[in-house]
Amino acid sequence: MNIHKIADHLNTLADDSETGMNFDCQPISGEVDVLQISIIGREELPIFVSVTDDQILCITYLWGTEEVKPECINEMHASMLEMNIPMPLSSFSKIGDKYVTFGALSISSTFADIEHELAVLSNNAIEVIDDMSEFLI
Amino acid sequence: MSIFKKIMTAIRGGASEVGEAIVDSNATRIFEQEIRDAENHLTKAKRDLTSVMAEQMSASRDVDRITREITEHEGYAVQALEKGDEALALAVAEKISNLEGELTTQQQALDSFSGNATRLKELVKKSERQVAEFKRQLSMVKTTESVQKATSAITDNFSSSNSKLLSAKDSLERIKAKQEKFDDRMKAAELLESENSDNSLAAQLKDAGIGAADTNANSVLERLKAKQK
Repeated sequence: MNIHKIADHLNTLADDSETGMNFDCQPISGEVDVLQISIIGREELPIFVSVTDDQILCITYLWGTEEVKPECINEMHASMLEMNIPMPLSSFSKIGDKYVTFGALSISSTFADIEHELAVLSNNAIEVIDDMSEFLI
Repeated sequence: MSIFKKIMTAIRGGASEVGEAIVDSNATRIFEQEIRDAENHLTKAKRDLTSVMAEQMSASRDVDRITREITEHEGYAVQALEKGDEALALAVAEKISNLEGELTTQQQALDSFSGNATRLKELVKKSERQVAEFKRQLSMVKTTESVQKATSAITDNFSSSNSKLLSAKDSLERIKAKQEKFDDRMKAAELLESENSDNSLAAQLKDAGIGAADTNANSVLERLKAKQK
């Protein structure tokens, strides 16, 4: 599995996706190949997919540390930890000064698994921002 | 220090700066080499185990054979004694004594092979677990590196495309607005559809002569005639 195969698959899906979502894939070149996946209607929250030796990582950036109300940061962290298990398939993390939600899949996942993962991740991200907006500026 | 702790310390220490490696790549290469070495040792240990187990089986067969021969000759000795042939019985007894010596040697060899096999099996299991653990640790280092590199690629892409990252709340609002617009369109389409079906119903009623009939020239003339009277 590599990002080009994933991109080819998602692009050929067009309107026929299982999840009813329409994916638009854009490879980003760099030291590690990254696939930027935009879901039509949700372009503001793209998903970034990279493939390592043993896993497929799907990451959505949520917000930066500067967007968090300073007095709420501890409460927000606790809420994120508490939500980590209930949240289906995705987990929280922090990359640099950005909070993210991500899902990791086995390298041997099927295209259907990946598509499902992306749809769930996108839904989770929107719901998380909605539910945690009380902590944000 | 565990790999987990190393990664944590490195991230905390600000190694998340673009271009700075979490664990220096030389160390990663050495680690990968260590894993390959461990795997080679494992392959060798498995081969050794196979040959030791083969020798163990062979020794076990020998022990069985000698034990059987001893029992057999003990029977012969008893028969010779019963026949009063003391000399023959003695010869058989000597043979038994030799066999017993051989049995002791073979049994010692078997014990030693069994011990080795058990030891090697444990070693193989332990090495397998160790290699799996090394691989898990390496995967952590490589994933951390990969995420950093991916992040720098994403950041570069954003800055080069000049697109400003929206705040989470703004993004959500936009997405919700788009969703609302989409929902509105769906509702409008539904409404339009139902209106169309209303129209068609009215047409059907008219065809059947039910409801308000069209005024036409004839009906107007009829009305005027009625007024004249």
